[in-house]
Amino acid sequence: MTYHWDFYTVMQSFDLMLWGVWITFVYTLGSILIGIVVGAASCYARLSRFWWLRLISRSYQELFRCTPLLVQILWAYYALPMLLGISISNTTAGLLTLSLYVGSFYAEIFRGGILAVDKGQREASAAIGMSSVQSMRYIIMPQAIKNMLPAFINQSVIQLKNTSLLYAISIAELTYMTSVVTSESYRPLEAYSLAAVLYFAMLFPLTQIADHFERRMRRSD
Amino acid sequence: MTTTSAVISVRGLGKSFGKLEVLKGIDLDLMPGEVLGVIGPSGSGKSTLIRCLNMMEVPTAGEVRFQGRPVTPKFRGRGGAIGTGELRRKVGMVFQHFNLFPHLTVLGNITAGPTKVLGESRAEAEAHAMDLLGQVGLADKAKAYPAHLSGGQKQRVAIARSLAMRPEVLLLDEVTSALDPELVGEVLAVIRRLADTGMTMVLVTHEMGFAADVASRVLFMEGGRIAEEGSAEQILRNPTSERLRSFLSRFHS
Ligand SMILES: Nc1ncnc2c1ncn2[C@@H]1O[C@H](COP(=O)(O)OP(=O)(O)OP(=O)(O)O)[C@@H](O)[C@H]1O
Ligand SMILES: [Mg+2]
Repeated sequence: MTYHWDFYTVMQSFDLMLWGVWITFVYTLGSILIGIVVGAASCYARLSRFWWLRLISRSYQELFRCTPLLVQILWAYYALPMLLGISISNTTAGLLTLSLYVGSFYAEIFRGGILAVDKGQREASAAIGMSSVQSMRYIIMPQAIKNMLPAFINQSVIQLKNTSLLYAISIAELTYMTSVVTSESYRPLEAYSLAAVLYFAMLFPLTQIADHFERRMRRSD
Repeated sequence: MTTTSAVISVRGLGKSFGKLEVLKGIDLDLMPGEVLGVIGPSGSGKSTLIRCLNMMEVPTAGEVRFQGRPVTPKFRGRGGAIGTGELRRKVGMVFQHFNLFPHLTVLGNITAGPTKVLGESRAEAEAHAMDLLGQVGLADKAKAYPAHLSGGQKQRVAIARSLAMRPEVLLLDEVTSALDPELVGEVLAVIRRLADTGMTMVLVTHEMGFAADVASRVLFMEGGRIAEEGSAEQILRNPTSERLRSFLSRFHS
């Protein structure tokens, strides 16, 4: 039996899919930005000389890295409001969970990047009179960022794909919108194929741009 | 006493790593324009001593003074004491493994300190850097990254990076021992010229011939103490003690 592809019906709802792309993009970017801040703080705490800061940071990281993201999202939306006795919108629950989740991975990526910088670099920058803040800013971080970039990009690509789990709490990102289009058009094959193409179209240019930057940073090698 | 005119003076300096006592009561005065050679067997505490002079290692006993002011291990000094920030601007250090900043060009390496620490303008810092690169014979490498330089070239850049801070003292810890033998000469030549210009230096080295040639005074360290001290002539050419003679005999081929 041959399947008769019919993109016409699906294309009539293309604006809905594009809206899904936009929402996917917003949640990805928002959670990455918050995740960077959270990850940096957690990384800083892990490198602190206070054991209790290290412990808190470590616990946070393990909690988010060792439980499934879908469970975290559902927990934040359904369980957390019961626990706290407040209502939490799906937007808040979704963005918060995604951010904390990616932050826990970023933290370890950042830490690995910093620790991979030779300790002679810190000594050499101290030896010309730099303060530890200056040394971090001008000498350690530029090298650490270069070290961590591939893993950071990889995690961010995964993050965009992870937004599809927001489907479970009815956030209008691309996967959710695709399900809406499917139920209206009865064309799941076309709709989900189109969704895959749209995800690809979002990520592929990003990975290309990332490669370009990585190559530029490797000029000094 | 002569301590008042010493650039760096050290009294009763001790340093322990846990239970391991590495320096045991070092007294030392470094005079302006002096080139002090430090020799001694491996593990005798030469690196630890020189690293205490710019507070890379924090002494566990005794004191270090810079131009008469006590040195503190804090970045900012208080009440007449000199902090590590100011101290390291004035006391440069060159490392065995160069430790150039790999993400910066040669020019970037040399201007980082002057622009970020001394607050010099970029133009001013670059002009000075080009002048220094000329002095170490690497003017054509200004735009190169460290990864593209030979060991000898890297070390000459590292020396220029230290000199860019216009230090009053330069500490050099076995700066040629990571180099292929054929590249040692070009680095020693640079140090030789520095000595001729009157730069005050402390030079930890295994190059006995060079120490004899360039050092005005030599310390022989053993077991965390200064075992012998004297002019290069005295220490290196006419050693009296048996220990020093046997140490030196290992370097005469
Ligand atoms: N950070 C440290 N922690 C513990 N022990 C150390 C540390 N730095 C140096 N030591 C020990 O102190 C002793 C003296 O070391 P130092 O590096 O000063 O010797 P050195 O005379 O420079 O030797 P070499 O000629 O091999 O460079 C050695 O036993 C060394 O293992
Ligand atoms: Mg040493």
